[in-house]
Amino acid sequence: MSDSMINASLRQLSAALAEKKISSVELTTLFLDRIAQLNPSLNAFIATDREKSLAQARAADAAPQPCGALHGIPLAHKDIFCTEGWRTSCGSKMLENFIAPYDATVVEKFKAAGMVTLGKLNMDEFAMGSSNETSYFGAVKNPWDVSRVPGGSSGGSAAAISARLAPAATGTDTGGSIRQPAALCGLTGLKPTYGVVSRYGMIAFASSLDQAGPMAKSAEDCALLLNAMAGFDPRDSTSLERPAEDYARDLNQPLAGLRIGLPGEFFGAGMDDDVRATVEVALDEYRKLGAVTVDISLPNSGLSVPAYYVIAPAEASSNLSRFDGVRYGYRAPEYGDLNDMYAKTRAQGFGAEVKRRILIGTYVLSHGYYDAYYLKAQKIRRLIAVDFSDAFKKCDVIMGPASPSVAFAFGAKSADPVQMYLSDIYTISTNLAGLPGMSIPCGFGNNNMPVGLQIIGNWFDEARMLNVAHQYQQMTDWHTQMPEGMR
Amino acid sequence: MNREAQWEVVIGLETHAQLKTQSKIFSGASTAFGAEPNRQACAVDIALPGVLPVFNREAAVCAIKFGLSVGATIAPRSIFARKNYFYPDLPKGYQISQFELPVVSGGGLQIRVGETEKFVNLTRAHLEEDAGKSLHEDFQGKTGIDLNRAGTPLLEIVSEPEMRSSAEAVAYAKALHALVQWIGICDGNMQEGSFRCDANVSVRRPGAELGTRREIKNLNSFRFMQQAIDFEVQWQINEIEEGRKIQQATVLFDPDSGETRAMRSKEDAHDYRYFPDPDLLPLEITPAWIDQVKADLPELPQAMQQRFQSDYGLSAYDAAALTAQRGLADFFQRAVALTGAAQAKLVANWLQGEISARLNREERDIADAPVTPEQLAGVIARIVDHTISNNIAKKVFEALWAGEGSSADAIIEAQGLKQITDTSAIEALVDEVLAANQKSVEEFRAGKEKAFNALVGQAMKATKGKANPQQVTDLLKKKLGG
Repeated sequence: MSDSMINASLRQLSAALAEKKISSVELTTLFLDRIAQLNPSLNAFIATDREKSLAQARAADAAPQPCGALHGIPLAHKDIFCTEGWRTSCGSKMLENFIAPYDATVVEKFKAAGMVTLGKLNMDEFAMGSSNETSYFGAVKNPWDVSRVPGGSSGGSAAAISARLAPAATGTDTGGSIRQPAALCGLTGLKPTYGVVSRYGMIAFASSLDQAGPMAKSAEDCALLLNAMAGFDPRDSTSLERPAEDYARDLNQPLAGLRIGLPGEFFGAGMDDDVRATVEVALDEYRKLGAVTVDISLPNSGLSVPAYYVIAPAEASSNLSRFDGVRYGYRAPEYGDLNDMYAKTRAQGFGAEVKRRILIGTYVLSHGYYDAYYLKAQKIRRLIAVDFSDAFKKCDVIMGPASPSVAFAFGAKSADPVQMYLSDIYTISTNLAGLPGMSIPCGFGNNNMPVGLQIIGNWFDEARMLNVAHQYQQMTDWHTQMPEGMR
Repeated sequence: MNREAQWEVVIGLETHAQLKTQSKIFSGASTAFGAEPNRQACAVDIALPGVLPVFNREAAVCAIKFGLSVGATIAPRSIFARKNYFYPDLPKGYQISQFELPVVSGGGLQIRVGETEKFVNLTRAHLEEDAGKSLHEDFQGKTGIDLNRAGTPLLEIVSEPEMRSSAEAVAYAKALHALVQWIGICDGNMQEGSFRCDANVSVRRPGAELGTRREIKNLNSFRFMQQAIDFEVQWQINEIEEGRKIQQATVLFDPDSGETRAMRSKEDAHDYRYFPDPDLLPLEITPAWIDQVKADLPELPQAMQQRFQSDYGLSAYDAAALTAQRGLADFFQRAVALTGAAQAKLVANWLQGEISARLNREERDIADAPVTPEQLAGVIARIVDHTISNNIAKKVFEALWAGEGSSADAIIEAQGLKQITDTSAIEALVDEVLAANQKSVEEFRAGKEKAFNALVGQAMKATKGKANPQQVTDLLKKKLGG
């Protein structure tokens, strides 16, 4: 039974719980036991609390029927979400001992849906990284090959689901942090349109780009999770007031006549051959489903990485100013005056990548450079959004690779920040434009590592993207594959 | 030519007015003053990880009111920006303010120094949040932080550098102080820091380019403002005359020594790295919203001043004085509503005379005056109907001020101050006075006009002031065959 449960879809788990084939306590215990057994070799979870999780599960079991679609199902949160009573570290020494006194809106919504918190997931420090190597708590390992990175920054979330340590997880995506690790670990992950999911309680990296989203095995699971996550939140001024929608409503729509835009810029140099070949096969699959592909152009997409590495660090440099050792978090044990306290606290509390981005951000916002960098980057951002809206006049969704390569080995890119930044080359432009994007598993490349197909939708077109992904997953079984070593 | 005349003083003021909203500008915490430290600071105010600001639209209403009352432009779209710097009482490491696009721009204020009127233009007014407080006492050499004030809404009002003396600066600050209270957006309490001014001061030879300015921070009384600017001006003139250059700097005024001293120079000035706050949407203000706020706005001092002149025939000086403070104007209007417009001048005289003198002496505000407009109207009614003379009226008023009675009538009754109007009673008294003062009578007959006044005085004394002086005069003239 345990094998079927760890591979089950959320709908199957929900049915099993409703039919009392399994209790939430049993299901939670099953995953907690797997975490205890397998996490030491993966480092995906950085906090678990068996008692807390089981208390939630017992409450879920005691709740009167009928319950919602996610009731009693366990999930785990990326450690960027404040979770009341749980250490919320954001992968940093700065918050190593920070116990969150409140729940993020996303956490609150999943609690309200009756889901059980399995624990907190490792991540790149303050979500800054594409390989999970910047975490203060050590890198997460890719369950498909533990000598390789899981991607980042939601690498803990991706590894946990891929190794079946959790049926689902939350992630956040500022430049590809849901889609790239989903691709590298063989999962389905969705970054919604900016403003669809509340950012309240999600520790800010780059406020105008950050967006939370679901990570799971399938598009159908993601749709159910998004139903619980999305919605206007009066505590987040950038969250959007829109009528509630059922993101699973169009899952079974046929794809005949679907126009898939293929941007020339996403299929040029820089993509590994194994990724290219795998993506091409996936596109053929879509053609078999009745979709047509159209060539489109996103002429400014080449500027997305440079624009992103101005805007994101600028916002981060300001967002991370609150970590000053005054009110909570790490404070240097010894210091002279106030400025020395700030300097030592931040020098010791932040890791190298975080410091690099604070320095870049501080520089681009400083007097005399603001116009040349920040303002210029904002103009490029506008152009990139215009490129997409032009493209969506010719197609319904855009497809391409989620990452230029399969998961790389530890240390392969960590010495060269620019190489590391380029691993988000296909995902960053959607964040700049505020568009929804997802990655679905579409096969295996070199060394039998998973390849992700990226699907980019028009603003608020999540339901259609999920439909497009789900139809593919009805025809293929890439999303059901599980790493051998994790059985 | 004296030294002052060779120099022109240039002053611009930046004023922080704390807005009278119930809750903070970006959180739901209360803004009430005086709570235990850190009891009015919520998760947003202490900048916990993950929290986000949500704009309190009441603060925008205050800004719109201000913009309307100074004839400024209210931006249809203004932007909140982050002003980045580290300080322990600034929890986020940045202050949310407005930079490139403020909510209010332009407009101005009419000020008066003595008999001279002047219009001072405003540059802008923008919304921002206050910081907390650093407490340096009682912590054994450490610093305590109180974040109750963090996030309190402020309107920072920036004038053009158009004041030319400390007196003008103070007149501007007082006019602004009166206005923000008048329109109900600020309680004006300077001790509690609800209204604080920074003065940018420079000097130049008349007609020359602007000199280098120094900014005097945190002036929390009009007296200190005058002293600080006067000291600063003398200091700058001395420096330049002795061949030194003024360095741009931020200075503090020490009320004990009466001196200003530099806090930091331009070299240590912060680079605030302003940029639009990505957590907040632009503040959009529609014409309909402005109209709605306009409908709730009280009559403004300038308009009221005009009306007092046209409706009540008051002089420009009286009308300006009565509209210098909302409380004074309200008092005046309530009293006139009872006495009728014909007695408006009399009401104005009482307000500016007896009442203002007493308030000044006792350092009280009109709101705390022990005499109500109804009571003043009662006094005036008895003067008008000749029940009491002006002199007796002052006695009655004094008794009211001292709380010796609830109304003029009650005091007149209790103290027997009613004017004697019975002619035969007065005639008898006059006869007695004439009999007792034969010498004065003879002197008057001999042509000494002064002797007549002495007789009037004696007669009034005999009536204990309760007789109508005109009636006494007439009777005396008749008796003396004059």
